Amino acid sequence: MADVNRGNRPLSPHLQIYRPQLNSMTSILNRLTGIALLGGAVLIVWWLMAAATSEAYFAYVDWLLTSVLGDIVMTASVWALWYHALAGIRHLIWDMGHGFDPDTSDKASWGIIIGAFALTFLTIVAIWGA
Amino acid sequence: MLTDRKRVEGLGSARSGTDHHWKTTLTAVALLVIVPMFLFSVGPLLGNPYAEVQAALSRPFPAVSAALMLIVGFYHFRLGIQMVIEDYVQGTARKVAIVVTALLSYGLMAFGLVSLAQIAL
Repeated sequence: MADVNRGNRPLSPHLQIYRPQLNSMTSILNRLTGIALLGGAVLIVWWLMAAATSEAYFAYVDWLLTSVLGDIVMTASVWALWYHALAGIRHLIWDMGHGFDPDTSDKASWGIIIGAFALTFLTIVAIWGA
Repeated sequence: MLTDRKRVEGLGSARSGTDHHWKTTLTAVALLVIVPMFLFSVGPLLGNPYAEVQAALSRPFPAVSAALMLIVGFYHFRLGIQMVIEDYVQGTARKVAIVVTALLSYGLMAFGLVSLAQIAL
């Protein structure tokens, strides 16, 4: 029988009164990185548009994206991209029904955070070397 | 009385069942391949001279990596942002936000793809 308890189910804990945990923080950060990646995406589209427009305009946009501020935004975007990818892998694993216990979840959270920094470092090294 | 089976036939309140989640999953898995392709083929082009960027984006691998990144990336973005909006925004504002997100995502995708085509072809 369906829905005998309609309207009387326990409510999801509200954000403001829920004790912060590594698990919830990494989940919130996954959303934030997904939203923030719009910034890096807009800059890359702008760079492509400039490359299709003219040499002078490309020089200007390319200079902007490789300035100190541009380097900071691009590095942050790469970190967000790797973080979102690693946290996304955990979501795929969760979707298959694994890794829900607190211990595994905490280990995965640290893996995601440390992994994102490590992959960002490797990406910068690889891009600089290329 | 409504049986569980009968309830599923309506495919939930959104009338689309798990379609949104499944598309997010599909594009997520695809992006695990596309993101490294894009980062390591287009990333090194930042800061390169105009002629070299034109030449590189005319080659298949960087051009296809960038095209896939634009198509699958912005589609995944639209799906994800819509999910966030549906969690936190209600009523008319929700509809407006979802429409704006779709226009922004597909608009940026189009600008990127046309620019890429002009360079690559």
